[in-house]
Amino acid sequence: MSPNLRIAFRFLTAKKRAMLMSLSCIVLGVGLFVVTQATTSGFEEFFIKTILGTNGAIRIEDKIQFTIRSMAAGGWGSKYEIKTKEGRKYIEGIEEPKLVIDAVRRFPNVAGVSEVLHGAVIMRSSFKTESVRVYGINLDDHERVSDIRRQIVRGNIADFQGAITGSLVGLEMAQRMQLEVGDTYQLEVGGQVRRYKVTAIYETGVSDIDRVRVYLNMGEARSLLMKPTGASFIQVGLIDKDRAREDAKRMTEVLQHNTKSWQEREKTWLDVFYALRISSAITVSVFTLIAGLAMFNTLAMIVMEKTKEIAILRSMGYTREDISRIFLWQATIVLAIGTVTGWILGAAITFGVSRTPINIRGIFAADTFIVSWSIWHYVAATVTAVLMVMLASLVPARRAARLEPGDVIRGTAQ
Amino acid sequence: MPSDQARIALKCSNIHRYLGQGEGRVHVLKGVSFEAHPGQVYAIVGPSGCGKSTLLYLLGLLDRQDDGDIWIDERKMSDRSDAERTAARGEHIGFVFQFHFLMQEFTALENVMMPMRKLGRLSPRDMEERARHLLDSVGLGDKAHRLGNQLSGGEQQRVAIARALANQPAIILADEPTGNLDVKNSGMVFDLLTKLAKENGQAVILVTHNPDIANRCDTIRPMRDGVFI
Repeated sequence: MSPNLRIAFRFLTAKKRAMLMSLSCIVLGVGLFVVTQATTSGFEEFFIKTILGTNGAIRIEDKIQFTIRSMAAGGWGSKYEIKTKEGRKYIEGIEEPKLVIDAVRRFPNVAGVSEVLHGAVIMRSSFKTESVRVYGINLDDHERVSDIRRQIVRGNIADFQGAITGSLVGLEMAQRMQLEVGDTYQLEVGGQVRRYKVTAIYETGVSDIDRVRVYLNMGEARSLLMKPTGASFIQVGLIDKDRAREDAKRMTEVLQHNTKSWQEREKTWLDVFYALRISSAITVSVFTLIAGLAMFNTLAMIVMEKTKEIAILRSMGYTREDISRIFLWQATIVLAIGTVTGWILGAAITFGVSRTPINIRGIFAADTFIVSWSIWHYVAATVTAVLMVMLASLVPARRAARLEPGDVIRGTAQ
Repeated sequence: MPSDQARIALKCSNIHRYLGQGEGRVHVLKGVSFEAHPGQVYAIVGPSGCGKSTLLYLLGLLDRQDDGDIWIDERKMSDRSDAERTAARGEHIGFVFQFHFLMQEFTALENVMMPMRKLGRLSPRDMEERARHLLDSVGLGDKAHRLGNQLSGGEQQRVAIARALANQPAIILADEPTGNLDVKNSGMVFDLLTKLAKENGQAVILVTHNPDIANRCDTIRPMRDGVFI
């Protein structure tokens, strides 16, 4: 053990109560930082997982058509014309889904592509009538771009495959229409009425989906909605979801279709989560700030009380840097113990919170608090604590180093 | 090769020092010159405020003079950097102060080992052995593991002497080493200090108000109003 570290350790133990105060603040600061980051990130990650599992990483819809304006360049009757792009117009839906799908599959980051046809219909059960939206899908394709299989809460999705009158109904819709697996209901559109059976009930947790979406097999959906060709949109699954923004941009350029990444589609919610994560980090950092102030206070007290000792150390050949290091070591020791204890506290609370029952429905479905276990939360908490505590410790450490031994001894002796 | 008596362990020449600022600025040392030889004990005596302790701290490189030069072991130290002066203090100078200044959180043994740990010349085992030997020399071998605050004033001063001798410095500077002790302890501490210093060929410069102690030194240098008289 270096002499400076040895002295630092003994100085620390001489001020147990004050040091315990600083230590408690560091433990709380680090622990709560970890917990808040784990919970806010947990909900954010779960929300992202939900939107990827329902609407996919990328959605390609509406064809883009640029509007061109021509101007005669050489006066009235001139043969010369200048054509300029005036703006863009969107043509609803995708006219040639097969061509677009073939082109999309060539993107290296694409994991799956599913064409979807949707339209508004009236649903009638024995008890109620509601406006809903039919979504025609090819199950095999759609499973590659969503979590539809995992979202089934009642019934068996395998029974849906190829079943002409089979349908997947959202949980909220099923409850409102009082439908169970095996029940039948009618869908009415354009004067035709057809009867379908509830093959399975799904729950995404997203109210806007679970309340209005009925999945039918694509062939049946085309027949019901009377749209033998085309698609409403194409849902794309990605290998690396974080590259969705760049891929969507390129797809827009290449395919000339309006293409949106999940980040763009859900920007509002993602911004809310981000703001929540930052604001909670700032709030909890107050504890770490208090830890820094407590450390400043304790070290400043030790410097004042130990001026004689500092002078005698200087007389024995300890340099100004040694004195400074002795005080920084004290901060480092408390910081190290506080940080490790804070990690343990943070992990324990995070574990406890993850077991706490909670019922969230609306933007996702959660029955317990969602937490995220990430090493980066611990790293961020540590960096915050190190910055605050070490910056706060620099001032008393430098002050101790600047003490002139002659002045101290003369002052004590008089 | 000059004999110990001819060699100069410490020398200062024409030292001036002002203390305070503005109207309160006082010319404390007015051109003081001094030499100390190995194995000799010097007493600097004089009334309070005459500049004895100020001179001692300057000689110990704990303070900077306003004018003049200081040599330690024939190396001019007065114009050196703080780091060089600190290194010289650790290697060549041992201090004994009136108020002991033991580190209360450390045992007697650890206090004596502290300068050795900084200098780092000896192995940990040798450091401990030497510290024990020094504590034995000052009669505190059986109290080596007592904390500073578990020792009497006289015992603390004896530990301070052992600590001053730890790195075998060429010069021992003592500021009123017996000033805070009773007559019995004063005599014992002085005897110890001078005996060990003479055995090791160290120059001892002590500041004292005690005429009995001063009279037992090899050389007495009386001071008044910032000059030797």
